[in-house]
Amino acid sequence: MKSLILIIISGALINNVVLNQFLGICSFLGVSKQMKASASLGAAVIFVITIASAVASLLYDQVLKPFHLDFMKTIVFILVIAALVQMVEMFLKKKSPAIYKALGIYLPLITTNCAVLGVALTNVQDGYNFVQSVLSGFGTAVGYTLAIVLLAGIRSRIREEDLPAPLRGAPIVLISAALMSIAFMGFGGLSF
Amino acid sequence: MNKYTERLYNGLIKENPTLVLMLGMCPTLAVSTAAINGIGMGLSSTAVLVLSNLVISLLRRVIPNEVRLPAYIVIVASLVTVTELLMEAYLPSVYEALGIYIPLIVVNCIILGRAEAYANKHEPGLAVMDGLGMGLGFTVALTLAGLVREVLGAGTAFGYQVLPKSITPMAIFIQPPGAFLVIALFIIIMNAIGIKTRQKKLVESNGCDGNCGLCSLTCEQGKEAAK
Repeated sequence: MKSLILIIISGALINNVVLNQFLGICSFLGVSKQMKASASLGAAVIFVITIASAVASLLYDQVLKPFHLDFMKTIVFILVIAALVQMVEMFLKKKSPAIYKALGIYLPLITTNCAVLGVALTNVQDGYNFVQSVLSGFGTAVGYTLAIVLLAGIRSRIREEDLPAPLRGAPIVLISAALMSIAFMGFGGLSF
Repeated sequence: MNKYTERLYNGLIKENPTLVLMLGMCPTLAVSTAAINGIGMGLSSTAVLVLSNLVISLLRRVIPNEVRLPAYIVIVASLVTVTELLMEAYLPSVYEALGIYIPLIVVNCIILGRAEAYANKHEPGLAVMDGLGMGLGFTVALTLAGLVREVLGAGTAFGYQVLPKSITPMAIFIQPPGAFLVIALFIIIMNAIGIKTRQKKLVESNGCDGNCGLCSLTCEQGKEAAK
């Protein structure tokens, strides 16, 4: 039990997917200009990464490994994730229009978020079983949401500042991310 | 300058994928901890890019337009798997250092972006030169970022001591925050000397421009969904 909680905490805080592993940087920089959009994207990411890690883990343990096809994992995972996101999107559109409306335009953006593929591959690399993979996916996605929402908050303040011209735009956002990353390094001291 | 060398110049300088187009930010930030890692990542991406441009250009009349993106993804993913296995066999130290970022070349936007923007419209010779130019531009930018971080953060360049031992290196630069700082510094310098980059798009899009991977696929769908 303790080790399972540790997987979530490690995914969300210690090895934060954006600030420590640099996956999903593009949407992190692109979408964080609005708080509301960031929160919706975060919710969609939690949803997709958790499902994708479960499916990837099942597929790897039940199909790829027994048939000695583990070298195919990159190809299989990327195709399965792309198809999965499309299916989730269609399912939500039909069954739950409210959720679809909230997450809709962000779902396709996620197909390609390298964090999804990154988590699936890391789980396999670390030899996680099904439950561990799902929890690690969930923890990682929570970490992503935390980072993007925090950055959106910082950016809403930056907007009112009078910055020197060369710093405007991407540089100040990257510098804010660097400071957040320093703060998150502090979680490296968490131990159980 | 003939049209082949023009492609090289275009990739290296005029439309440098990392510094000007701001594509492929994830690997740039992640593997630039040392100059040698930058070269390893850059060259393996270049190999994939050149081959994928070649294959896609050869197949440009065969692949039906409606399913072109999934087809490209399969081609790129196969090439990445081949590269990964070759590196594991012949360059185990680089393979260890780059780790998870080698399979993630699949979602590097530069590769799919070039397939969409160039390789599927031009003859194989030009597509290969375009891939080579873009790949080398990526390699140069990655190595530069790696060099700056290595010198500041460890006092070495390509593993050799360059700063005097009496200067304590600023270890923060080889740790994750240093990546953000060094890239921010690069963009500040480019801004200050007036080179136009696509950084505005990077921070003010909806994650479409400069997205790591399947960029065009998602952007098209995102725009449709937004309507």
